[in-house]
Amino acid sequence: MTNTIAEVKKPILSLKDLSIAYDKKYAVKNVSVEIKKNTVTAIMGPSGCGKSTLLRALNRMHELYENISTEGEAFLNGKNIYDMSPIKLRRHMGMVFQRPNPFPTMSIYDNVIAGYKLNGIRTKKKERDEIVERSLRDVALWDEVKDSLFKKGTFLSGGQQQRLCIARALAFSPEVILMDEPTSALDPVATSKVEDLLVKLKENYTIVLVTHNMSQAARISDYSLFMYLGELVEYGKTKNMFTNPIDPRTEEYLTGKFG
Amino acid sequence: MKSTFAWKDHTSRRLLKDKAVLVGVVVLSLITISPIVLIISKLVVEGYQQISLDFLIENTPDTFEAMTAVANGENIPGGIANGIVGTLLMVVLASAIAIPIGVLTGIYLYENQGKFMANLTRNISDILQGVPSIVLGLISYLWVVKHITNGFSALAGSVSLAIMMLPMIVRSTEETLKMIPQTLKEAALALGVPYHKVILKVLVPTGFSGLSTGILLGISRILGETAPLLLTALGSSIINLDITQPTSAVPLLIWEFYNDPNMIGLIWSSSLLLMAIVLILNIVSKQIAGKRN
Ligand SMILES: Nc1ncnc2c1ncn2[C@@H]1O[C@H](COP(=O)(O)OP(=O)(O)OP(=O)(O)O)[C@@H](O)[C@H]1O
Ligand SMILES: [Mg+2]
Repeated sequence: MTNTIAEVKKPILSLKDLSIAYDKKYAVKNVSVEIKKNTVTAIMGPSGCGKSTLLRALNRMHELYENISTEGEAFLNGKNIYDMSPIKLRRHMGMVFQRPNPFPTMSIYDNVIAGYKLNGIRTKKKERDEIVERSLRDVALWDEVKDSLFKKGTFLSGGQQQRLCIARALAFSPEVILMDEPTSALDPVATSKVEDLLVKLKENYTIVLVTHNMSQAARISDYSLFMYLGELVEYGKTKNMFTNPIDPRTEEYLTGKFG
Repeated sequence: MKSTFAWKDHTSRRLLKDKAVLVGVVVLSLITISPIVLIISKLVVEGYQQISLDFLIENTPDTFEAMTAVANGENIPGGIANGIVGTLLMVVLASAIAIPIGVLTGIYLYENQGKFMANLTRNISDILQGVPSIVLGLISYLWVVKHITNGFSALAGSVSLAIMMLPMIVRSTEETLKMIPQTLKEAALALGVPYHKVILKVLVPTGFSGLSTGILLGISRILGETAPLLLTALGSSIINLDITQPTSAVPLLIWEFYNDPNMIGLIWSSSLLLMAIVLILNIVSKQIAGKRN
């Protein structure tokens, strides 16, 4: 076993020699990784090492940038994601962003159901009500907002808004949820609520999480990837990586020597 | 002791300076707002007697009726319904032409920042904004009056007004969309929403207040336009709803009243009405814009 491939049976996501370049400048270099179903996997590394780029490559959001080129392969349940339509792919891969970004023109209810509404997917009212309630319960927001479902989502607190955005991603019952520093704009209380939520959500979903916060990765992730200058330096069980890092760069990062 | 005096002296001079500046600012502000105050008070004083229900629902009187009324010292009978309906017709038609084209062009510019064609389009649109309205009237005369409606028509008037509105709508659409955070677009795309739906269902609704502000300002700009209408819509003494026929408009009527000594009395009331509508549109668009922030 090499130090970059953890033993994973039946991976939900697997990347093979994935490289991504902006204007021929590589931001992600030859990353190969297999991500296990129903786990939280953290992507760590110093600023600019390609974490967001790698995460966005998983639902092909990186293609929005110009002059981007992608080499290598990535599979979701064995299917090459670069052969799928990005629109279909994104319905299997929910995404949560650094700052809460509910749609300001929509109510809480409509925000949760936005994926259906904006895509013009017809659903019965009863079905919609169920999806909204289930998604909001999943993010432990239901009790807080059940009496104000038709108020604007932007009236919620930052932490509630972020949970609303997670609920919006859950409404499609995606297989994987991609999160780019989802708690970096939140206060400690809201952060710990979101963290508790992620641990609970992994029963039904697979979560890939970019984080700058090492203690967060230690608290909630099962597996960790450590990246440096676009390369995957180390990948393994979080516990092992934190107690016994193999690569000296990982150790330096974890002990706070850089980053 | 001496220095204290000098210091005091200084202060009083500074206070004097402050006062002078303050007086200057107040005087200049008064000069700035005085035209609008004078205009509105003149319009109200001269025009209010003529304003009545008849004024809004009757067509313009002929010059003989007006002359008799003036000779007997009565209010001029009739009203400007033909102008009000004509203005409404042409504004609605001009908006129907300019809003879709302008909004789509604005979206195009927003989506293609820095590209050659977009920059060219933006510059041409800016130039269009500076084209004198009489020239737009001439163009519409050549295009529509001579070749489409074969005569003066509401359509020709609307086309010239639409060209006037277009650059304002293009600009405000682009500026509004630029102010919407990128993260909102990403949120929608990450839900697997196709690009055109992201624009129509997320960006446009989010920027709705900005878009409507631009449109309302565009409308208030064209409401009072007279010159291009003289060459295109021409005017009509009765209400006309056929867009291929000559049509009246409030500013056209004001021009006609000005040229008929018997009708002078109607100038002020018509101007008052026009001014009131423009003011209301401006206030409404300010309100909408204010709500956004
Ligand atoms: N849109 C872009 N165009 C060109 N280069 C980019 C773009 N986005 C990122 N890069 C470059 O790609 C590299 C990786 O960026 P990325 O955003 O993936 O880093 P990151 O690990 O997420 O950093 P951070 O922790 O600061 O968010 C950086 O060198 C960055 O300069
Ligand atoms: Mg990042």
